[in-house]
Amino acid sequence: MADEHRNEHAAPHHITPLTTYIFVFVARAAGTLLTWFASTVDLGWMNTPIALVIATTKAALVILTWVVVIGSFVWLGVLFVLTFADYLTRFWAIY
Amino acid sequence: MTAVVHGDDEHAHHPFLQHQFEDLGQQHEASILGMWMFLSTEILFFGGVLCAYWIYRVMYPQAWVLGGEQQNTLAGGINTIVLIISSLTMALAVRNAQLGSRRATVAMLIATLFFGSVFLGVKGFEYTMHWREGLFPGVHFTWHEVPELAPKVQLFMVFYWGLTGLHALHMVIGVGLLLWMIWRAWRGHFGPEYYGPVEVMGLYWHFVDIVWIFLFPFLYLIPHFGVHHG
Repeated sequence: MADEHRNEHAAPHHITPLTTYIFVFVARAAGTLLTWFASTVDLGWMNTPIALVIATTKAALVILTWVVVIGSFVWLGVLFVLTFADYLTRFWAIY
Repeated sequence: MTAVVHGDDEHAHHPFLQHQFEDLGQQHEASILGMWMFLSTEILFFGGVLCAYWIYRVMYPQAWVLGGEQQNTLAGGINTIVLIISSLTMALAVRNAQLGSRRATVAMLIATLFFGSVFLGVKGFEYTMHWREGLFPGVHFTWHEVPELAPKVQLFMVFYWGLTGLHALHMVIGVGLLLWMIWRAWRGHFGPEYYGPVEVMGLYWHFVDIVWIFLFPFLYLIPHFGVHHG
């Protein structure tokens, strides 16, 4: 939707077709069931990454057009990478 | 200066055009950008707490599995679906506002309010059960099924109450915003030219929904495979 706002004069109207909303809804509901199902199956170390990928995909379905917030995800990535670069190497003998 | 030049422009007389904007389009873009910026800070706000959550999850995997087992997965799953439906009705409210359909906008906002309230009701039920089971951190924490891990399970519950509590607070604020939007939509404030407040409210609502999409697997669905306890 962000691209539609370039026009400076008229109030923006980009009307998303109903089918898009229905598709996103069905995909997200299916993702929820998949997340639950995946948590009940033993996939070894893959369980957590799979849950994360499904949740992120579901989030992406909603925020695909939020270009601006990508910046804050970059900073969040920096927070996680530096924090775990510390913690995962600090008590390496315990893990 | 430009505003003076455009003084006779029809948009300048729109009752909801603030004087600092040239036209409704500019006002709309500014308000959407403002919400994006706010949500960017919200991502970092929730992200900081989630980072702390992951540090302890890596440190105490058994306690995290035990903590996850104390959750009512069915209630959490129902709430996930309820929130996804509420995001759909919210998106449809924005669409109807764009189309200028007053009654449908009001109806969809009321539907969103309904599903948001159902979510909070289910959450309240879960909180009541946790309280009764002694799963509220502090002096009321009496859970001791696995005594040696109880302090760490309590730490999990600190994150559970903290994260879901912050999320529920956002939901309560969202319900308040919805009541305001319903009143404005009912008064006929919105239409194809002016629907920014509904869209901005929608962005906020979708964000709160997305936070839950992460909280649900993190707090309710912690895989226990390969992690032994008790």
